[in-house]
Amino acid sequence: MSAVLDPHDHAHDDHHAHGAPAGWRRWVYATNHKDIGTLYLLFSFFMFMFGGVLALGIRAELFQPGLQLVNPELFNQLTTMHGIIMVFGAIMPAFVGFANWMIPLQIGAADMAFARMNNFSFWLMIPAALTLGASFFLPGGAMAGGWTLYAPLSLQMGPSMDAGIFALHILGASSIMGSINIIVTILNMRAPGMTLMKMPMFCWTWLITAYLLIAVMPVLAGAITMTLTDRHFGTSFFNPAGGGDPVMFQHIFWFFGHPEVYIMILPAFGIISHIIPAFSRKRLFGYASMVYATGSIAILSFVVWAHHMFTTGMPVTGQLFFMYSTMLIAVPTGVKIFNWVATMWKGSMTFETPMLFAVGFIFVFTVGGLTGVILAIAPIDTQLQDTYYVVAHFHYVLVAGSLYAMFAGYYFWSPKWTGVMYNETRGKIHFWWSLISFNVTFFPMHFLGLAGMPRRYADYPMQFADFNAIASVGGFLFGFAQVYFFFFIVLPTMRGQGAPARANPWLDEDDKNAKGAEGLEWEVPSPAPFHTYETPPKLDATATRVIG
Amino acid sequence: MNVRKTMSKMTQSGSRLAGAAVASLGAWISTAAYAVNDLPGGPAVRQLNLHPAVTKIAEEQHWLHWFMMIVCLVIFVAVFGVMFYSIWKHRKSVGHKAANFHESVAVEIAWTIVPFLIVIGMALPATKVLVAQKDTTAADITIKTTGMQWKWGYDYIKGEGEGIGFVSTLDNTHRVMSNSGGPKPGEVVDNYLLKVDNPMVVPVNKKIRIITTANDVIHAFAVPAFGIKQDAIPGFVRDTWFRAEKVGDFYGQCQELCGKEHAYMPIHVKVVSAADYSAWVAGKNKEMAAKADDPSKVWVLADLKARGEKVYAANCVACHQVAGKGAGAIKALDGSAIVLDADHGKQIAIMLNGANNGAMPPWRTLSDTDLAAVISYTKNNWSNQTGQIVQPAELQAARK
Repeated sequence: MSAVLDPHDHAHDDHHAHGAPAGWRRWVYATNHKDIGTLYLLFSFFMFMFGGVLALGIRAELFQPGLQLVNPELFNQLTTMHGIIMVFGAIMPAFVGFANWMIPLQIGAADMAFARMNNFSFWLMIPAALTLGASFFLPGGAMAGGWTLYAPLSLQMGPSMDAGIFALHILGASSIMGSINIIVTILNMRAPGMTLMKMPMFCWTWLITAYLLIAVMPVLAGAITMTLTDRHFGTSFFNPAGGGDPVMFQHIFWFFGHPEVYIMILPAFGIISHIIPAFSRKRLFGYASMVYATGSIAILSFVVWAHHMFTTGMPVTGQLFFMYSTMLIAVPTGVKIFNWVATMWKGSMTFETPMLFAVGFIFVFTVGGLTGVILAIAPIDTQLQDTYYVVAHFHYVLVAGSLYAMFAGYYFWSPKWTGVMYNETRGKIHFWWSLISFNVTFFPMHFLGLAGMPRRYADYPMQFADFNAIASVGGFLFGFAQVYFFFFIVLPTMRGQGAPARANPWLDEDDKNAKGAEGLEWEVPSPAPFHTYETPPKLDATATRVIG
Repeated sequence: MNVRKTMSKMTQSGSRLAGAAVASLGAWISTAAYAVNDLPGGPAVRQLNLHPAVTKIAEEQHWLHWFMMIVCLVIFVAVFGVMFYSIWKHRKSVGHKAANFHESVAVEIAWTIVPFLIVIGMALPATKVLVAQKDTTAADITIKTTGMQWKWGYDYIKGEGEGIGFVSTLDNTHRVMSNSGGPKPGEVVDNYLLKVDNPMVVPVNKKIRIITTANDVIHAFAVPAFGIKQDAIPGFVRDTWFRAEKVGDFYGQCQELCGKEHAYMPIHVKVVSAADYSAWVAGKNKEMAAKADDPSKVWVLADLKARGEKVYAANCVACHQVAGKGAGAIKALDGSAIVLDADHGKQIAIMLNGANNGAMPPWRTLSDTDLAAVISYTKNNWSNQTGQIVQPAELQAARK
């Protein structure tokens, strides 16, 4: 039976002192990390669809030169809200959902450290999301200054900018509380014998991500609060007419913004570091190296922010510094990729859907990473800044990166969550359909950027028409693939339709010595009971097996 | 015999059907396809690489880009060659058994140091070009470009042509074309959204220093053929430079989101020979002298209205429409209380300062006479027949 939707499951657990809630109370008052994880994942998927519809609005308008469907004001709202919703409503909450489900299971803890704060972190997101969605109906429409909210354009926006600032504050508070929860849980609640250097990679990447979040979310809060006071309370932080500096907003925003993109990719790295070893039947190569590389990436992420600002007019020394530091980040990222390939090397691989997405991730994320190195070269960035080349780059790393890792994680861990295996054939269809349509959508954007097509343009010179048409077709195909994913793969497993899953579905049944997925999450039944590891388990020397 | 006849009939009708399908597909493609050619100095159809370089800096950027692409391609092929080889050979289904190794300090050090050295190798040539890009000293001509919502102002402030100043706006017919769904299939508009009324004119082979600033929000001035891009930031001055080595027309677009008309403020730089440049400067100076309206002149309504109609067609029609009815959030002028008001100050204030947080931009860059003309025109056109006249002197006073 699925622990996800079955309300009777926890009646089987013996140790309840409280009457277990059922119905809507189970979800509104949820303090169980599995339930909260499910809430986050479903919420983020819904936001992903909403953000996707906005993207399809953009691509529908850009299918042909000329304005056919929207006016430029609405177009700017679509681009802005697509970015905000995807970053803050889809990617970040989805990774928090994975963290909630998997971290306690992987470290052998009964739950997160602060279960009620966990509940609050999730439910805060609902009013924020509603505010963002409703902002389209405020006078002047939704925010339209780009997800980067640059001043002084932000000072010209209508009340939706204030609503958006309010929503971002709430989302930031939710993220900070969630990060505190994750750090305290990981540092204090690991089962005895699981030292930090024996901890699963997903927990490591989330530990580091949580520190990044605590460091930079307050910085975003500062930037948007200053925008709010400039708009309404007579300050001139960014308003040049009052002596303010618009570029200061960019510095503050990107000091948040660059670590933010690493916040969005590090948990993905963690997921991949679980899947590649499982399906190569070989331990992760260079565990210590992977930990240090992740830490290096996190630290370096604080000193590269102005590569988003190469054309703002900073002195050449500044440009050189940020060029060098940005290129430096490629080194630990490359180390991680080499370690994954070395894990595969001389393994014994099979290619179920999680492995397809993981291998696809490595391949396509690297394309995005390499275009990032190209953009880091400041003289080249002079040509490519604010063009579609940048759009191509970040979609390669965020979609083919973060999103693919999430799909991989879903296919990998959903048997544990739901108790049934997803349909493997449909999973493969989802993979190939997503991979091909993704590349059809975003690869031509490299050419558009090199040819000089600017970002955030509702209409464009006719020479750009063909590649825009191709990208639009790909975009719609990619969107339909995700609808297929939800209705034909996710929903059936949530309803319990599928072959029953073993405790470790990724262990070969025909070879007792073969390695498969290792970790404490595979030591509990599938579906995972409502309460797991209520007493800390006794672990073997590798801290991956429960003994005694 | 019968079978053969039937078969040949089927083949005939089959091939006729196929022929019809291909013909209609071709017809559909050709009507869907846009008749457009490469724009010299601007984008090419299905362009794959950077614009051909017209300056040494752009040439260096090309070189850097090819260098980076090749290095990245080699790394990519190497890494994924290994990975795909492994996928091929180290599969369970071909019977490969998993090995046991899972760490090697030597290997980790090697593949940290080697990429580090590669990165240094990439950074060295880039440093040279970046330093050269920043050197704006000893320019022959200095032009201040001001980004405004939503057009560019060019002021020649030093060197030959000093004192010339004008505003460069997207051709209004293009803006209207955009609103009505773009160029029709078959309509050849190679410079769609790139055509302006007054291009920036510069002489070839001279170092031109471009100073950028803005009046309202951040814009960005860019010309891909020259390899330049510089944000235009209100309250600040930045600069960049170029030395064009070819004569011709070169295009760029605003490259920082600046509001709703961000896609409609292109840049057109006309590079001409030294002789042609001197001739242009002379002509421009004469033109500016002639155009300089006497702001104290007292106009009659008929003349001023005729002038105002031209100003309206060049600046206002895209938003407020020919019939003065506006659309959606854009206010109608025909029947507008502010336009009909006997107090001229209300409409003058909007023309000088904008309204609705910049949705109606300010029009300070128009001359007093042009502003007086267009205000008088709106007050006496369509169903508005106020008989009011606004003299240029009123605008001059209102600006103070």
